[in-house]
Amino acid sequence: MSPQDATEDRLLLSGNEAIARAALDAGVTLGTGYPGTPSTEILETFSALGGRAQWAPNEKVALEVALGAAFVGARAVATMKHVGLNVAADPFFTAAYTDIPGALVVVSADDPGLASSQNEQDNRRYAVAAGVPMLEPSDSQEAYDFTFEAVRMAEKWRMPVLLRVTTRICHSKTIVRPRKAPIDKPEPRFERDARGRVMIPAHARIAHSRLRRKLGEIADWTENSGLHRTLDGESSLGIVASGVVAAHVREAAPQARVLKLGQTYPLPIQAIREFVRSVDRCVAIEEGDPYLVESIRAEGIAVEGKAAMYRFGELNVSRVRRILARDESPEPEPPKGKPPELCKGCPHRTAFETLRDMDCIVTGDIGCYTLGVLPPFQAMDTCVCMGAAIGVGLGMRHALPPEQARRVVSVIGDSTFVHSGITGLVEMAYNPPSTGHVVLILDNGTTAMTGLQDHPGTGRRLDREPADKLSFEDLARSIGIQDVHVIDGPGDPVAFRRLMEECLASGKLSVVIARRPCILAVARDKKMEQA
Amino acid sequence: MTAGRAIDVVVGGLGGQGVLKASDILAEVVFSAGFDVKKSEIHGMSQRGGSVTSDVRFGQEVLSPMVPEGEADYLVVLAADQIEPNRHLLREGGTLLEPSLIDAASLASPRGLNVALLGALSVWLEKEENVAGRLSVEAWENAIRSNLAPKIHDQNLEAFAIGRRAAAERTAQE
Ligand SMILES: Cc1ncc(C[n+]2csc(CCOP(=O)(O)OP(=O)(O)O)c2C)c(N)n1
Ligand code: SF4
Repeated sequence: MSPQDATEDRLLLSGNEAIARAALDAGVTLGTGYPGTPSTEILETFSALGGRAQWAPNEKVALEVALGAAFVGARAVATMKHVGLNVAADPFFTAAYTDIPGALVVVSADDPGLASSQNEQDNRRYAVAAGVPMLEPSDSQEAYDFTFEAVRMAEKWRMPVLLRVTTRICHSKTIVRPRKAPIDKPEPRFERDARGRVMIPAHARIAHSRLRRKLGEIADWTENSGLHRTLDGESSLGIVASGVVAAHVREAAPQARVLKLGQTYPLPIQAIREFVRSVDRCVAIEEGDPYLVESIRAEGIAVEGKAAMYRFGELNVSRVRRILARDESPEPEPPKGKPPELCKGCPHRTAFETLRDMDCIVTGDIGCYTLGVLPPFQAMDTCVCMGAAIGVGLGMRHALPPEQARRVVSVIGDSTFVHSGITGLVEMAYNPPSTGHVVLILDNGTTAMTGLQDHPGTGRRLDREPADKLSFEDLARSIGIQDVHVIDGPGDPVAFRRLMEECLASGKLSVVIARRPCILAVARDKKMEQA
Repeated sequence: MTAGRAIDVVVGGLGGQGVLKASDILAEVVFSAGFDVKKSEIHGMSQRGGSVTSDVRFGQEVLSPMVPEGEADYLVVLAADQIEPNRHLLREGGTLLEPSLIDAASLASPRGLNVALLGALSVWLEKEENVAGRLSVEAWENAIRSNLAPKIHDQNLEAFAIGRRAAAERTAQE
């Protein structure tokens, strides 16, 4: 953004709030996504500011909805956490081939250090794999500015743009000066373009070479795009960095010359080459995978990287100092804090106490209830990705000897069930294990883990307006599951245990829906009613 | 550190105690006083009673949003059992503000401890060379109001005052 566009306003915003604010100011007409830490507040803020924001059942659907809007000329943003892009990867890769008149901005919020995630995958790899340009803000001001830039680039090259942020960008508040006036919104309208949007092989072959041509143009353009900045310093040490790491670097090595990259795919190779030439020692410092180092070296530019131990976890000022000192001595373990636990009075508690006492084999899933793996329950045996409870449970049932197979229960939360459990249930009806199977849906009426978001099973939309309510019991029956039980709670542990024992012994396919609201959601709703 | 030396505060406690609220209030106060400020924390599981910390750094210019380990000028801890796990964040000679500073019986609700300790912090900050005269009690009160529900304004303003008195007594002894 050129400085004359900035206003006098000075706001203290998180990166997520800045993205939401920029989306509004940049004329985004639709924000869609699925909750996931650290991305969740983007859409919540966008909605609170008056933007149209909606939760999709999962990230794949969200990305498709955003793509549809962009196909008719609108500006759309799809938000998700890093693993969400795995779910949305299918449309993401082929959307890159298509010709998009509007703007499609995909926000991927990565979680190096696993503050609240099941892995620390580095989604910069997705930009390369799919051929989607990627911007990486280093603070909230850049989160704001780069959201604008992403919209502009998406429209200029008629392709998706990936805005890649990390936990520390999403959840840190820094000062933002927003722009003067919102830019105009385009008028959406349909124009037929089968070659650009119907990816049959004949069209896709052409589209693939068009994509590579666009990426070549962007690689040239980015060199002088203003997205990259050299911060002057002594020529003895140069550091290439992006995102929040650039801020750590400036503090850890104030004397160093820094090349701060705002766009990390395609990379500004000429600028990097000149920068490396201008210093005696050049180190690329990055969180996660050795992506910058490998990409820069592949261009024949000699650059130093970090030791392997710094691939794990977040970076911070002290770790950057250690990387620069080539210090590979073991790092002190930070003292252990108190781990989270299920709230007192959480309806999930009885479920896990019972499963523990029954010595079930529990294929679990992701949500608050994953805490069932910790003491005092220790009643979860697998947890891999959203929805996996059902598929993994079925696989175990197929492979285990019958006396063990009969102990297997799949446990899944309501939001997770809608996200990706439904297809698992279809699989169960289609390929039933010979011992039957039991799926326990812990329906607390909210997406509690990520901060109490609504979903298609809660009867409310993101803006809390009433919506159609998906009935899990009707859905299960229509899929072909005959034995469906809806219970309160489980409020009564004795009755719950009896029911579970009956289902396990029956050899049938059973779905047990344990329904009782999350106590934090109840408190939140009460507060909102009073207000 | 940075030009004009930034001040580093870490607030620590357990999920549900108002750690993030406290750091939000502090960040807003220094923000409205015109300082550069960065505030950072990890949330997500914070509602589930686990350990939470939040960093607030302010001064003329702040770079990293995270307070480097062992460099915090102030460590504000809301739960006695969270002092040890967080002590390593404090620099040598840094100030620890702990629950025992506040007479719990004087608070209308134990949930006011976060704001009471902010009251104490406000007294210490006034002695900082770069801060003196820039953070008024009124600015603190405004930030408390804008971050909390109207229903609990009075009890929190009272908690803030209690914290200030406790700190004034303590610093007078020092
Ligand atoms: C693909 C993917 N998207 C989002 C998330 C973030 N996430 C983790 S669990 C969860 C849903 C939890 O809701 P629910 O299943 O209803 O369980 P609850 O927390 O309410 O017990 C979400 C959105 C994720 N881990 N993976
Ligand atoms: S937030 Fe809700 S679902 Fe999560 S542990 Fe607490 S009561 Fe249970």
